[in-house]
Amino acid sequence: MRIGVPRESKTGETLVAATAKTAAQLQGLGYDVVVESGAGALADQADEAFTDAGVTVGSSEDVWGSDIVVKVNAPTADEIARLRAGATIISMMAPARSPELVEQLAAQGVTALAMDAVPRISRAQSMDVLSSMANVAGYRAVVEAAHEFGRMFTGQVTAAGKMPPARVFVVGGGVAGLAAIGAAAAMGAVVRAFDVRPEVAEQVESLGGTFVEVDFESEVSTDGYAKEMTAEQEAATASMYDEEARNADIVITTALIPGRPAPKLIHEETVAAMRPGSVIVDMAAANGGNVAGTETDQRVVTDHGVTILGYTDLAGRLPAQTSQLYGTNIVNLFKLLTPEKDGELTLDLDDVVQRGVTVTRATDDGAESRSEVMWPPPAVQVSATPKTAGAPAPEAKEPKPALTARGRMAVVLGGIAAFWLVNATAPDPIPRHFTTLMLSIVIGYYVIGKVAHALHTPLMSVTNAISGVVVVGALLQLESEDVAIQVLAAIAVLVASINIFGGFAVTRRMLGMFSKGA
Amino acid sequence: MDIFSVTGGAYIVASLLFILSLAGLSRHESAKSGLTYGMVGMTVALAMTVLLVLDHALDTDNYLSIVLMLGAIGIGAVIGLWRARIVEMTGMPELIAALHSFVGLAAVLIGWNGHLEGPHHGGSLANIHEAEVAIGIFIGAVTFTGSIVANLKLSARIKSAPLMLPGKNFINLGSLVLFAILTVLYVGTDSRDSASADVLLVVLTALALALGWHLVASIGGGDMPVVVSMLNSYSGWAAAASGFLLGNDLLIVTGALVGSSGAYLSYIMCQAMNRSFISVIAGGFGIEAPAGADTDYGEHREVQAAEAADVLANASSVVITPGYGMAVAQAQYPVAELTAKLRARGVDVRFGIHPVAGRLPGHMNVLLAEAKVPYDIVLEMDEINDDLPDTDVVLVIGANDTVNPAAAEDPSSPIAGMPVLEVWNAREVIVFKRSMATGYAGVQNPLFFRENSRMLFGDAKDKVDEIIHNLPE
Repeated sequence: MRIGVPRESKTGETLVAATAKTAAQLQGLGYDVVVESGAGALADQADEAFTDAGVTVGSSEDVWGSDIVVKVNAPTADEIARLRAGATIISMMAPARSPELVEQLAAQGVTALAMDAVPRISRAQSMDVLSSMANVAGYRAVVEAAHEFGRMFTGQVTAAGKMPPARVFVVGGGVAGLAAIGAAAAMGAVVRAFDVRPEVAEQVESLGGTFVEVDFESEVSTDGYAKEMTAEQEAATASMYDEEARNADIVITTALIPGRPAPKLIHEETVAAMRPGSVIVDMAAANGGNVAGTETDQRVVTDHGVTILGYTDLAGRLPAQTSQLYGTNIVNLFKLLTPEKDGELTLDLDDVVQRGVTVTRATDDGAESRSEVMWPPPAVQVSATPKTAGAPAPEAKEPKPALTARGRMAVVLGGIAAFWLVNATAPDPIPRHFTTLMLSIVIGYYVIGKVAHALHTPLMSVTNAISGVVVVGALLQLESEDVAIQVLAAIAVLVASINIFGGFAVTRRMLGMFSKGA
Repeated sequence: MDIFSVTGGAYIVASLLFILSLAGLSRHESAKSGLTYGMVGMTVALAMTVLLVLDHALDTDNYLSIVLMLGAIGIGAVIGLWRARIVEMTGMPELIAALHSFVGLAAVLIGWNGHLEGPHHGGSLANIHEAEVAIGIFIGAVTFTGSIVANLKLSARIKSAPLMLPGKNFINLGSLVLFAILTVLYVGTDSRDSASADVLLVVLTALALALGWHLVASIGGGDMPVVVSMLNSYSGWAAAASGFLLGNDLLIVTGALVGSSGAYLSYIMCQAMNRSFISVIAGGFGIEAPAGADTDYGEHREVQAAEAADVLANASSVVITPGYGMAVAQAQYPVAELTAKLRARGVDVRFGIHPVAGRLPGHMNVLLAEAKVPYDIVLEMDEINDDLPDTDVVLVIGANDTVNPAAAEDPSSPIAGMPVLEVWNAREVIVFKRSMATGYAGVQNPLFFRENSRMLFGDAKDKVDEIIHNLPE
């Protein structure tokens, strides 16, 4: 089958759905790939790069007439009209927010797969374009903010005075938020971050940020995305947002709820109260923004001198790398769709990943001109074991309720009483032997109480050698008059001697190896 | 002052030297002197006993005993020294298990001799003598077969999977009860001339042999460190039982020392594995739940040696967590070389050792010491866990269950609650592994599917060698 990669029609789009490298990988799966001339120009993928990699560069018609069309942005109405009936189109589509697009695709009779609808399960991570784009975008958001911000990020003490580090507040600990935290921390800023999912705290800290705590009950997410908060929770966090934003030099917001407008988190009075020169990067601008005053794709400077960036093309501002990542995600999806590596696309709707991305499906025989709408797919559970359900189990694992202090004492006293009884009734040599035994047990216990872990093996092999002292018993039995006893005793002496000599020799070898390094 | 008082005094001296020996071996600094104390103590004990036997033999013109004695000690010494010289450090666990079995065998033989000789006194002392014979044979026989099974499992000559007989706890308990009944019957019969006493003792010996076999066979290979340490303890008790039988204080002291220190060592290890000590002694802890095979963990990512070399060269801190796989692949020498090279580049390399890594307590430490890795960069789990989040790269070499996040995060996991090396907190994890197979516990390891971990498949030794060659100059 032929895969067409068109030039993106959206104004200002820099990305391309396949680089020379990923196009070659697609051909490795058995497909023919044709790339529209100039498609990769802005992503440093000249036509020659494709031809050098053995990929055909063709006209717009060649591309749109292909069996499969792969692109970055959702197709426009014109583009949909150019698709053959029964063809497959793969791109980001935001199907939940674009019912009319879904309808057009169905009317055209094509199969549509939405790259941005990949379920967030571990197996599908290699195809998750939202993650790979968000990662780049988070980094770029920090770079954009640094560009606008009139100071350095890192704090320094110089001969000309002390410069405090920039304070960055990141809202949302998803992929974009985490990438932003990592980038800002690496540049030397003091980073604070918040997410409604408390389980993110650890990840925030792992990247060098400080997690801002708010006291309220939150649920563990089951679909991998944050949920919109309840009214009370929102009230509790509102003051936190206000306080954190006022104290920050740079605010980066990434709060998105899939299929819904972005929540408004930073209100007008908060923005007004920020210091002049502060920068806000609203990464949710495409969905309405988290910040009051954000304008999509615009740089806005408020009356108080606060800059608000509403760029939605942050990932596209690093076009070469983002295209490579997007292209790799596409290749990984095709690996799943082409199990035989024979260039034939087969859609298995029993697979949750493939079912998840399928928006419309052309009928198999192509008899009907209209394809079947498959959106929305059934929900996929991401967190296999919700933590709340697991909570009671550890309790069950607790060791059997240890004896109470009194019970333990009773056992000890009982044991000692039994010991006394034995010694009181037994004839002469026995009590003496028991005394020796008991004292030795106690000594043995205390003597090795603080043994270094590394010495466990030498200690064990020495105690083993020492227990070879049974040889003494066997030797004494050699004194017997009975030949049978003498022979048995000799065998015992033999094996015990192996133990003694072998045990000591091997310990010696081991200890010889332990050396303290320079 | 006759020869008996001389030897009696020497035995006390020997006991003291053994105590000093164990105390010395608890610390690195004094370990070598501890070993010397042990050897001197054993020499004193042996020499005095040999003198005693010589004295008695010359008095009674029983020259056979002299020949047997010198021959047996000589042959034993040669075999023991020979085995100790040629054993590979990776084969240490098998050797120690085999040595344990010898103590057990010796105790059984001494017990039988005690039976054949018969009591020296009459009345209640005779009964006590018979009870001592029975108990000594029982402990010795359990140690003997148990150690043989441990040896076979460790050397992979039999399958290491736990034997799951139906009602195995009942078998163990029933054997103990049967042993008690047999002992009472044996004490009840007149041992000196009665054929039925012989039969009873044969049955008792067979029972104990079977029990020892079953106890260890029903424990999986992954729990062998605890088993070996437990058998060590048993061998001590066997010696102590022989001491009771012969009325010899040296044996009692030494046996109790070894027995209690071995038991304590096992206890430490059980805590490290979050296992119940009682169930270990009872041999009933080999129960392992089947792996949750139908859980989808996602895909793992692979990495090649060249890239791994690059990652290591650019890291500032590296932690290596070895496991049994390193021992199997004999990778300790290349690992040591890699460590030296990275340290020369200024990379902070340390080792994180799980208490039960390998098949013997401290197994990894011995291997790393053999390869001349300085022991001050070899840290224990508790020492290194807090540092892992600040570590750039963790190399997991042939370890699996000891780095399994399921132990900390999945309450339904069979290894839940076992303290593990929390390598997943590091920035990057590279896992050396032969395949995606599960570890000894048979539990899948979600670590391999984490976003920050990558798999380096192949023989650990070859792969570490490749990394060394690929390190940029």
